[in-house]
Amino acid sequence: MAGVPVDHEEHEVDGKRRRFLTAAATVVGGTGAAMAAVPFVMALQPSERARAEGGPIEVEIDQIEPGQMIRAMWQGKPAWVVRRTPEMLKALEGHDEELRDPDSTEPNQPPYATNRYRSIKPEYLILIGICTHLGCSPLYMPKGQSGEMGAGWQGGFFCPCHGSRFDLAGRVVKGVPAPSNLVVPRHRYLSEGRVLVGSDEADAGEADVGAGA
Amino acid sequence: MSGALARLGRWVDDRFPLSKLWNEHAAQYYAPKNFNFWYYFGSLALFVLMIQLISGIWLTMSYKPDAGLAFGSLEGIMRDVEWGWLIRYLHSTGASAFFIVVYLHMFRAFLYGSYKKPRELLWIIGMLIYFVLMAEAFFGYLLPWGQMSYWGAQVITSLFGAIPVIGEDLALWIRGDYVVSDVTLNRFYSYHVIAVPLVLIGLVVAHIMALHEVGSNNPDGIEIKYHKDPQGRPLDGIPFHPYYTVKDVVGMVVFLIPFALVVFFAPELGGWFLEHNNFEPANPIKTPEHIAPLWYLTPYYAILRAIPDKLLGVLAMGVSIFIFFLVPWLDRSPVKSIRYRGPLYRTALAIFAISFVALGYLGTQSPTEILTWLARIFSISYFAFFFLMPFYTRWDKDKPVPERVTSK
Amino acid sequence: MGQGQTGAGARHLQVRAGALAAALLAFVSLASRATPLPEIEVDVHDKASLQRGARLFMNYCLSCHSATYMRFSRLARDLDVPEAVAKQNLMFVSDKIGDTMQVSMNPREAETWFGVAPPDLSVVARARGVDWVYGFLTSFYRDPSRPSGVNNLMFRNTAMPHVLWELQGWQEPVIENKPDDSGQSVETVVGVELAEPGALGAEEFKAAVRDLVGFLAYLSEPAKPLRQRVGFWVLWYLAVFLAVAYLLKWEYWRDVR
Repeated sequence: MAGVPVDHEEHEVDGKRRRFLTAAATVVGGTGAAMAAVPFVMALQPSERARAEGGPIEVEIDQIEPGQMIRAMWQGKPAWVVRRTPEMLKALEGHDEELRDPDSTEPNQPPYATNRYRSIKPEYLILIGICTHLGCSPLYMPKGQSGEMGAGWQGGFFCPCHGSRFDLAGRVVKGVPAPSNLVVPRHRYLSEGRVLVGSDEADAGEADVGAGA
Repeated sequence: MSGALARLGRWVDDRFPLSKLWNEHAAQYYAPKNFNFWYYFGSLALFVLMIQLISGIWLTMSYKPDAGLAFGSLEGIMRDVEWGWLIRYLHSTGASAFFIVVYLHMFRAFLYGSYKKPRELLWIIGMLIYFVLMAEAFFGYLLPWGQMSYWGAQVITSLFGAIPVIGEDLALWIRGDYVVSDVTLNRFYSYHVIAVPLVLIGLVVAHIMALHEVGSNNPDGIEIKYHKDPQGRPLDGIPFHPYYTVKDVVGMVVFLIPFALVVFFAPELGGWFLEHNNFEPANPIKTPEHIAPLWYLTPYYAILRAIPDKLLGVLAMGVSIFIFFLVPWLDRSPVKSIRYRGPLYRTALAIFAISFVALGYLGTQSPTEILTWLARIFSISYFAFFFLMPFYTRWDKDKPVPERVTSK
Repeated sequence: MGQGQTGAGARHLQVRAGALAAALLAFVSLASRATPLPEIEVDVHDKASLQRGARLFMNYCLSCHSATYMRFSRLARDLDVPEAVAKQNLMFVSDKIGDTMQVSMNPREAETWFGVAPPDLSVVARARGVDWVYGFLTSFYRDPSRPSGVNNLMFRNTAMPHVLWELQGWQEPVIENKPDDSGQSVETVVGVELAEPGALGAEEFKAAVRDLVGFLAYLSEPAKPLRQRVGFWVLWYLAVFLAVAYLLKWEYWRDVR
């Protein structure tokens, strides 16, 4: 392209050179415009502040009555801790055929919670309280206190928006709109009675910056 | 591929005048071929407007128009928002750049008589843009909620108090409170991000429409439409696209070099673009030792201060801005361009330019006795330029104007 | 960018006259300038200096002054301090790494102790300038008439006590008789001299305050090093784009010439 032909006449247009220069200017200018757009796209990411506020949270769990649930806030989302009784744990068995993903094959929980109870300690269930369907927060419906759930209800969660149902390990029931089990966040025990939500052993060596960072 | 594109183009053209608009305003808009340096600033003003709109939209996303949060939200933009510092500096530098470009654009009109018949309305729309731009800058300057923001707004809104009878109530109505406060901040925010930009964009569109209706002036001040070829194209004109689009791209890049130097290496520009005092949060019980508006408003501020009477000062300031609207009728010269004007207009314009710059400088300084007297002298020469214009332009020894443009 | 000879001539005249007027005005304004400031150089790229400054800041400033807009995590990242080290050396036990630098003192209590609440220091170096802050921190002198026992050359009757006295020691004012506005001779503090040395020698102390002021400069605009780095590349890009754009313009404008 560099070997530009010499003009035969003063006013003859060198179309090839013109096209080349136009293309070059378009490429250089377009690259510049794209580079200039990068900061504006990046500026829409969660800010340093949002990340800091979305850092891991500590939850005191030894005060929870057996069978009760408490709600905490992590990254602006409800984080639930349910202290399950032995009866509740027993009720998790024997209804696998009603569940969409009874063995938690989908990655909706960290590896250390990929078990029947979907938790590190069976007694404590830690969940993000957001329905996997369209983002509503389901209600905690223990057995016996929830007449409208029907006679066979063994306790679990019910989403009032579109009627999705989950058992007491947050596993979704077949035939409801929610596509997958409720999410178990990364978490680890700081002591018997305190759990850190949003950070796990993988981060423990480093500082607790949280899942968002 | 290109066949499909052409078909799509025809499909659109049957429903929307896309090609028509493009031809009318670019490919078949004939501009004089002898534009010089001074003719870059129109397209540059449009470019800076784009920078301001885009960076402004992004700033709005993280800014909080609340007296308790505004200052901190801006520091949050500077620190917590990724690239927020760049977006903020683009906007703050863009504000000053806008006025530099617009002042040079206006000075061009004085050099080449671009406001003269048939471009009076073009000039008036342009002056409206300038006036609205000042309002936009003033409203925007309150938003950082620093000391200068706060006290600058306090001073300017108090100016309205000088108007007899209704003044105090008017100032109260503008602020929505007894002093500049959270309420004022909230409404200025609304003006700055919605109301005024809408008006500004409308006026810019009107400005371009008016320009393309009458055609561009040029450094010779000659109407190119009087000499056309058999196809009806002006002999001294060239299509805006591609000739001026490629030229304006060069102008844009040249403009971006000093612009980037400021944004990346001197965003405060020694206090001229971002004032040091404005990094101190607004404090309604402590006035800074020295208050001045940002440089682009200081010529008028100097005139205001030069007059030792509140009402007369405000009046003089108002006149000094609105007198620009009358220029097409104050100028009685048959000649447009300074190239063919006599010594009187040249001298008058030189004195005016010096007065404007000097007033601008004086407006930034604390008023000492000497400086106040200087401001008075320059205020007189400022007004003399306008009030004596009907006389010196008529008596001037203008030179003969050529038939055709004289570019190299 | 040619213009007719005549027009260019008028412009030249204007430029010359404008420069003259500007020079005149600059002279007038210089003459009216008061108290000289010390001039210091700080380098926000010198991380070792910033780290030393950060430590001084945490030990001597942060107990009364906040830096509300600065996060510890940002500080650790920018100054190359591992977060664990930052937690141990720079932060209070209760602070989380993502927190901003708050102060434990209640602003209202502070007001009763000092008369004014100590201002936030996030952007103080931008508001006052590094020279002023340096001058302020180095020019405390003994003044028994003040509640804090000290006064300051830069900030007359400041409410702030001499926090760095352990390091600097104590300075006494140098007093001269000078005529005031009405021509009467009054005692005026014109300078300070060291009376009791502190833990650091005079030069060491100046270096320490330079570190601290450098840190405050960093604190007031943490993005500055990034800003300058990006600016460098932007200018290179613009140079390339200018060359290409100019060639394109030149090619098309051959038609017109």
